[in-house]
Amino acid sequence: MSDAIDVTELRKSYGNVVALDGLDLTVAAGEVHGFLGPNGAGKTTTIRILLGLLHSDGGTARLLGGDPWSEATELHRRLAYVPGDVSLWPNFSGGEVIDLLGRLRGGLDPARRASLLERFELDPTVKARAYSKGNRQKVALIAALASDVELLLLDEPTAGLDPLMEAAFRSCIEEEREGGRTVLLSSHILSEVEALCDRVTIIRRGRTVESGSLADLRHLTRTSIAAELAGPAEGLDRLPGVHALQVEGDRVRCEVDTDELDGLLKVLTAAGVRSLISQPPTLEQLFLRHYAGDGPGGGDAEGTGPAGEGTGDTEPHGVRT
Amino acid sequence: MTTLNDTGALTRLALRRDRVMLISWMYVLTAFVAATVYGFKKLYATAALREAFASTVAHNPSLLSLYGPLFGHSLGSLVAWRDAAVGGVGFGLMSIFIVVRHTRADEESGRLELVGSTAVGRHAALVSALLVACLANVAVGTLITVVAIALGLPATGTIAMTAAFTAGGLAFTGIAAVAAQVAQTGRTARGLASGILGAAFLLRAVGDSAGQGGPRWLTWLSPLGWNEVIRAFGSIRWWVLALPLGTALVLVATGAMLAVDRDYDAGMLPQRPGPPAAAAWLRSPLALAWRLQRAPLIAWVIGALIYGVVIGAAAKGIGGLLTSHEVRKVIGNLGGQPGIANAYRAALTNAYLAATMSFTGLIASGYAISTVLRLHSEESEQRADAVLATGTGRIAWGFSHLLIAVAGTLAILTTAGLGAGLGFVYRSGGGGAEIGRLVGAGVAQAPAALVMAGIAAALFGLWPGASTAGSWSALGIAVLMLLLGAILKLSHWVLDISPFQHLPKLPGSPVHAAPLVWLAVTALALGVAGLAGLRRRDLS
Repeated sequence: MSDAIDVTELRKSYGNVVALDGLDLTVAAGEVHGFLGPNGAGKTTTIRILLGLLHSDGGTARLLGGDPWSEATELHRRLAYVPGDVSLWPNFSGGEVIDLLGRLRGGLDPARRASLLERFELDPTVKARAYSKGNRQKVALIAALASDVELLLLDEPTAGLDPLMEAAFRSCIEEEREGGRTVLLSSHILSEVEALCDRVTIIRRGRTVESGSLADLRHLTRTSIAAELAGPAEGLDRLPGVHALQVEGDRVRCEVDTDELDGLLKVLTAAGVRSLISQPPTLEQLFLRHYAGDGPGGGDAEGTGPAGEGTGDTEPHGVRT
Repeated sequence: MTTLNDTGALTRLALRRDRVMLISWMYVLTAFVAATVYGFKKLYATAALREAFASTVAHNPSLLSLYGPLFGHSLGSLVAWRDAAVGGVGFGLMSIFIVVRHTRADEESGRLELVGSTAVGRHAALVSALLVACLANVAVGTLITVVAIALGLPATGTIAMTAAFTAGGLAFTGIAAVAAQVAQTGRTARGLASGILGAAFLLRAVGDSAGQGGPRWLTWLSPLGWNEVIRAFGSIRWWVLALPLGTALVLVATGAMLAVDRDYDAGMLPQRPGPPAAAAWLRSPLALAWRLQRAPLIAWVIGALIYGVVIGAAAKGIGGLLTSHEVRKVIGNLGGQPGIANAYRAALTNAYLAATMSFTGLIASGYAISTVLRLHSEESEQRADAVLATGTGRIAWGFSHLLIAVAGTLAILTTAGLGAGLGFVYRSGGGGAEIGRLVGAGVAQAPAALVMAGIAAALFGLWPGASTAGSWSALGIAVLMLLLGAILKLSHWVLDISPFQHLPKLPGSPVHAAPLVWLAVTALALGVAGLAGLRRRDLS
């Protein structure tokens, strides 16, 4: 299968501000792809370039096999877009917006529209000005999901939804996947991405820092180990890939690069293991490692490759709670 | 008072946000009055010249309907006459924009919610908006006083004139405060308050151009009329200031009361549910543009009809302004034949109708610009994204709104002409030919109005950040040229910049096709440039 989205070395600046600095993103047809990054990392800019709303300054972007800028109108009939901040015409009812956007996209399935209205519990007669943020998002989601398109571009679509509606959204995306549609899901909700996405791309400061299946990414990160030993273990601090080591009598806590897990376990079992808790890396940990340094006063985390030594050393326990 | 907590902070914030806009208003209004003083001083340097001018004004109904009556013939009287109504419109618009911008428009955008969630008092936003408007009115009034006195106007009269301007601005501050509570969007609130400003202008225009026994009292109903009846450089009626100040107090209190009784982001009108599904016709970018622009267009067309009927009907009184003695004198000068009296009256009536029609063209340009700028607000409020991410291309989207702007401008001008024709025929007699003549006079304004729309479209496509300020400034310049061009004796090279300069004075003048065609071609070229720019640029 060909790729639904193929972005390489994409660049975009607004004046002196570099939004995209050589970003890569590949989404295979038929997959649900998570698009993660801290605020201001360039997710929305990437999507707006893919929609032909912005020019890129460099690199290539292909969408459904076409050029996002010059073939925008033709490509748009094959995709549906849900913006992160849905802004509607205040004096339109929700039903009017859904129908209008659907028709401009080339028509929508009335039966599916009705069932989605029910699933998302949206009253279509309410004027848009009276909708909450979550309800405005539902309007855009229903318009997108009821359209017969190949690709869904969703920019943080659940940011305003309550947990019940989020569950409805997840089941809808599951159905889309089964129906063979491609989904690019930009999100901050990690449980959602873990539950829905086949593959994820993590970006930071306009660059791709990780891309792959969740299993791949887990493999490249650290496992948390808490063990109670029969006797003292020798040379733990000299083992490769062991970080944040804490030894209190018989108790040992540390983080280990998943590649080096075997070596650590050998040392531990040599000392005799009474109990062992091994926690696989969560996406959140992965995420935080890449985000660290983006906060105020934070250092530069560019050097923290998947298994590299970096800022993650200093805060391993905070992320597990 | 806790409900006023942090009013000072909000006022400083508003002043900071508005500093460019406020300085521009101060500059334009002061320059307008200063230019009038300067121009009249040069143009009518002697008392004899001013007296002669005063007598022409008294007998020229188009001048009376546009500017009001002239009291006395000192330099100050001339300035007060020329600037009373138009200056009042400037102060009114400034007040409306300031108040709505910091109340309803901020509430609509949600900015006020963010501010309101802090320790800011419940009434702080409205009160700070009113304070900023007050400060602006007082500041402009003071500045004009200083400049006009420096240019040689007597102090007492100048103070009476600027006090009336300032008080009138405060009356419109009150009107805007109420409109911001009643309407639910900034756009509607501005429209409502500006509509009242337009009605005030019309009331005094009819009152001022009415002859003996006509409805001259209408001037007294209009806040703009109060600027005239204070007789700033004649025997000053200081008590007239109580009218705008009282109006301001009553309306501000009303606005504050309405503000207490309503929820955040709610209007006074009840919310009705909308249709569960879109109408079958709502399926194209043009249909969307029509749905968005329909309500304002209907309001404009109704306004144009009323305006047309009123100015058409008022044409009847034109001849009545002349006493029989003056008519005899004119006829005598023209050769004494009885038919000439009628020809003279007809020429006067035509001049009056042509002047009001060219004014109509400027008003219709306001519609044309605001309609084109809807594209800009759709883009900046992120609604364009959703539409342009469907199968709708940029050209189709932009062209749809431009088409509505063109058709709407034509509809407004046709309706104003039709209204004038109906009003004229109803009061003065005549038939379909008269109506046709006035419809033609209205439609003849279209090429210039469409050039203004074209300027807005070109700016939107090529330099969107400047489109709002740029296109309204262009209209402002055209208005100032119409009002000040003759006084300042500007050269033709300068005046010819304004598209309105090239229109025939209809009814009653020959029509040459060439300038109209050139204006239409210019408008078209500007529109095409705008669409081409839109196709190439990044969307914000």
